[in-house]
Amino acid sequence: MDRPPGFWPLALLFGLFVLFLYGPTLTILILSFQGPEGGLTFPMRGFSTHWYGKLWEGLGVVDIWAAFRRSVRLGLVVMVLTTLFALSAGYAFRRRFRGQGALFQLTIASLIVPSIVVSLGIALEFRLIDDGVKALGEAYGIAWITEDYATAMGLFTSGLGAHLTWTLPFGLLIMFAVFNRFPGNLEEAARDLGASPRQVFQHVVLPVIAPSLIGVALFGFTLSWDEVARSSQALGDLNTLPLELQGLTTTVTTPDIYALGTLTTGVSVLVIGLAFGAVQLWRRRDRCLAGRQAPPS
Amino acid sequence: MSSSPPEAGALPAVTSAAVAQAPLWQAAPLTLVLLGFFVFPLLATAVVSFWDYTEYALIPDFTFRNYHEMFQGCADFSAGGCTTLRTYLSTFRLCVMVWAITLVLGVAVAYFLAFCVRSDMLRMALFLLCTAPFLTSNIIRMVSWVPLLGREGAINRGLMQIGLVAEPLEWLLFSEFSVVLAFVHLYTLFVTVPVFNSMLRIDPRLLEAARDAGAGFWRTLWHVVLPLAKPGMVIGSIFVIVLVMGDFVTVGVMGGQQIASVGKIIQVQMSYLQFPAAAAQAMVLLGLVLLLIIALTRIVDIRREL
Repeated sequence: MDRPPGFWPLALLFGLFVLFLYGPTLTILILSFQGPEGGLTFPMRGFSTHWYGKLWEGLGVVDIWAAFRRSVRLGLVVMVLTTLFALSAGYAFRRRFRGQGALFQLTIASLIVPSIVVSLGIALEFRLIDDGVKALGEAYGIAWITEDYATAMGLFTSGLGAHLTWTLPFGLLIMFAVFNRFPGNLEEAARDLGASPRQVFQHVVLPVIAPSLIGVALFGFTLSWDEVARSSQALGDLNTLPLELQGLTTTVTTPDIYALGTLTTGVSVLVIGLAFGAVQLWRRRDRCLAGRQAPPS
Repeated sequence: MSSSPPEAGALPAVTSAAVAQAPLWQAAPLTLVLLGFFVFPLLATAVVSFWDYTEYALIPDFTFRNYHEMFQGCADFSAGGCTTLRTYLSTFRLCVMVWAITLVLGVAVAYFLAFCVRSDMLRMALFLLCTAPFLTSNIIRMVSWVPLLGREGAINRGLMQIGLVAEPLEWLLFSEFSVVLAFVHLYTLFVTVPVFNSMLRIDPRLLEAARDAGAGFWRTLWHVVLPLAKPGMVIGSIFVIVLVMGDFVTVGVMGGQQIASVGKIIQVQMSYLQFPAAAAQAMVLLGLVLLLIIALTRIVDIRREL
């Protein structure tokens, strides 16, 4: 068969690139099953789930499972909000409205301003809020502030905000791509038949774009689940799992960190798999409905 | 497709006032999140960068102390310049290396996917294969280099076994090499995806025409494919440059805390609660990055690419 020019060298390069992408991850997957006497590198000294057991008991000083649960909770909230907000904004962008250009540029800016700058800014903002609240409390002698108030920073205030500045731009860009390809005549037909804007959205738009929404949700969860840079200064006292992991890289000297790494990758892969499964199911449902309505041949 | 904000599939005009207001409400959640967690924080950073501070408190003020301290001694080249300048140069060096490698590699991978794979199914499958790692943890992807690159790692063992080196190579891990390697590993995707997107829009008949006119592989690449893929290359470059310029995580984990970077300075100052100093540092970094982006966007209109 006639191959395009440059096929074989490029195919080789591509193969090496994929190996480069996946090789290291597979390495720690294998090493996480290291025997009890094994170290951080090859050779394997036996094959066991010893280090997963260690991980299950927790990793010494760090309460890794609390961080795990925090990350899951935050990821789910970020996922839901990203999907809702991106869908709503993407829908808005199909028509002209005031400040449209500015909002678009702001969204892109949020994506490309260095994360450390955003993270620092959010930390500063909350520091200023805290100072303000405390000053207010002292000025008016409000007891719960002077005695109990520490900070407004937290997982679901500053942390959630930091994650959304990262996930929403991706969500909106996906929605743009979706609506750019959306068959507008469907909506027209629905309106001609007397559907209200709400009905058009609920019965025409939503079913068509549902698989893409699953994609947005997937991005929302996984980007939040793995986020480090923006969270780093903006979480307050309690860290998420990737931040704990970052700390562990300098202190842990046994393969349990590989077990933890394999586990977090496993969660990402599971979520990707679930998203794909959901999209497939949705498509099959569509085909199924279409088949039912088709006239008998 | 229109050039100003994407609005394809636009609906016919509806005159009712309530409906005309609808897009504003629909865009409100996004707007509020960005105002609260992006615009105000940046404003706060700008303001606080002119404040004074002690070990315990921020003191509202209008002083250039933070900027002054940052550039202290920078003009004195005999002493090797100031820390700030050296750090920026070292960050810039990393940035250029990573940018060059990711661009070449990213374009090559995108070219293969776009033009060398014939079946659409296979193309999408291979594309997903390349993008899936983006959805897994960067920290883990960095950590996974340790068993390969370390003193006792697989590569050193291999090299010693075949007798290429007598001593394990020290520069494989916790060095500039490992930092660049990790960046390339993490960020090539950011070039591949937009370039792939640009390349898919190139009419294959153009390539055929070039070949019929007698152009070889390289000439076609240089005069036909790359000019048309330029928008993707610019978008990818922006991503890579911004990610590397502001990085402190990769440099920290892969550099064994020995490589300097602007992001790390900010992080360290934050950990000492020197907020105004960190804010000034952040403003300078932001300014520099914006200049780079403006220079790059001169080459291409990003909005047309969506």
